[in-house]
Amino acid sequence: MKRIVLGIAVVALYILHQDYWNWRTAHPLVFGFIPIGLFYHGAFSIAASLLMWTLVRYAWPAHLDVEHQESEEDAPL
Amino acid sequence: MIPAIVVFLYLAVVLYIGIFAFRKAKGKEEAEDYFLASRSLGPFVFLFSLFGTNMTAFAILGSSGHAFNNGIVTYGLMASSSGLVIPLTLFFIGTRVWALGKRHGFMTPVQMFRDRWECRHIGTVICVVQSVLLVPYIVIGIMGGGTTLNVISGGLVPYWFGGAIVALVVMGYVFFGGMRGTAWVNTFQTILFLLFGAIAIVVIGAGMGGFRTATNAMLASPALAPLLTRERISPYYFFSYTFIPLSAIAFPHILIFCLTAEKMRHFKKTVIFYPLCILAIWLPCVFLGVMANRVTDIPEIRAKQEARRVLATQGKTMAPEARDELREQSSADDVIMLLLQRYAPVWLAGILGAGIMAAVMASDSQILALSTMFTEDIFAFYGHKDRFGEAVQVFTGRLFIVLITIVAYAVALRAPETIFELAIQYAFSGFAALSPLLVAALFWKRSTKWGALAATLWTAAAVIAVAIFQAVVPAPAPGPSVVFGTVGNWEVLSRTPGGTAIFGFMPVVPMVIISALLMWLVSLMTSKPRQITIAKYF
Repeated sequence: MKRIVLGIAVVALYILHQDYWNWRTAHPLVFGFIPIGLFYHGAFSIAASLLMWTLVRYAWPAHLDVEHQESEEDAPL
Repeated sequence: MIPAIVVFLYLAVVLYIGIFAFRKAKGKEEAEDYFLASRSLGPFVFLFSLFGTNMTAFAILGSSGHAFNNGIVTYGLMASSSGLVIPLTLFFIGTRVWALGKRHGFMTPVQMFRDRWECRHIGTVICVVQSVLLVPYIVIGIMGGGTTLNVISGGLVPYWFGGAIVALVVMGYVFFGGMRGTAWVNTFQTILFLLFGAIAIVVIGAGMGGFRTATNAMLASPALAPLLTRERISPYYFFSYTFIPLSAIAFPHILIFCLTAEKMRHFKKTVIFYPLCILAIWLPCVFLGVMANRVTDIPEIRAKQEARRVLATQGKTMAPEARDELREQSSADDVIMLLLQRYAPVWLAGILGAGIMAAVMASDSQILALSTMFTEDIFAFYGHKDRFGEAVQVFTGRLFIVLITIVAYAVALRAPETIFELAIQYAFSGFAALSPLLVAALFWKRSTKWGALAATLWTAAAVIAVAIFQAVVPAPAPGPSVVFGTVGNWEVLSRTPGGTAIFGFMPVVPMVIISALLMWLVSLMTSKPRQITIAKYF
């Protein structure tokens, strides 16, 4: 279930990159000078970082690391 | 001249870092130490050096230049999509490659492919294709260095000489410091150009009297208002760009960098902070590039705008050569430096110029990667390491660094394309089309060497075909494309002012999809590796 939710989050963010609704307008100007299309994608970068934090927190491939530790432990001294 | 002196001081510092790394490694002649820093990078250096090595000249110069001519779309095209796709590939692919490298001692991606698919010469083919695609990336750094020093010195340092200085400095610290020197220099450079964006936007914003006035003035101008939206950009083209960041993980220098982390958990900070680092650099550069269109008192910027205007209004009636000349004149890779010269105090322009140099000198790890690939995938693989020893292998790697730098410099002097176009059209699309190899190797047991060969040959053929097509069919003037065949309302193949489109998409889209299909179909038709080999990976 966790994997499905995270997978949906990744796909959703990828789809949200294609923001048709901001295509033909510069308004509103955020802080009075940043066109909305640019601000949206700046915010998108922050959302991407939050998504990465979520992936690291809940889907970290720890088994790869454990395997390495185990193979080191199994190795002859 | 003061800014140029500051930049030269900066170059001396990075050269010293490389030599310092060389001293630290004194006595160690192992290939793993020279090419991978003994797989010992800590989390901080790993994050900043991996990020820094992926930020080339166009992170600052190309992005602001592209934004000057195309508007705010530049950030969405490359930066925000990279901020999602690249950390994802590091998370899913980079960590696995690190684990396999640690377990089996791989130093290059081709070593892993050879082992994974039980092949020899097919690995060599992949190595050659990767190497050829990597050279344009190195050229970018030298071109950017030449442009930067030329502008910062007010024309005193000619382009050819600036490029030569940058090439020599990069070659110097890579030659001496190997991966350790490269990683340290990249860390220093990343810190510099992370600071660059924030300082530049404050200084230039203050100089321009605030951005609010400039933005409103642009909105009031019919010629400039579209730069604040994406109305001139096709959504298909915009979507196509999300395929380009797939190239990052397929770049050999990025994969090799993944092998340098001391522990796998060092990837955590890298994937989380990667999008924020992109934001910190690209957003100010794109915004300043757009705002440069409102600057009226810099003659060079006026000349670029005039060239752009003539191209748009009279380009259709001109000869292709005249159009190319106008494109060259409207090319704006130096626009951010012109802004700094106009608005920043002299001493600050020098420091910011050093920040720009930091970005344009990111070709170091590409040069080192080529050297690693040559010595590991060719020299050592064909028995020369056993014959001559590891010290000779490292010496050969250093010699290769000198040769490849000379070749890249020669190309940089002759290449007419802008930094941005050159990078996108050849290297990035090609490496994106090679990314299915990694996915198949790491996640699909049934994949085979023949599938990998088919995908690699397809990539090489597609890159050559696009290059020939664009050389034979001149770029049209801004406006409608030159169309070759239609299916219903779809244009099958068209030559656009900026490149090539296939069914409205950039070539990278069909290149990646067909590469993945070939990998899948040809693998299904051929024998899979032995079970004992597959068991090593799954």
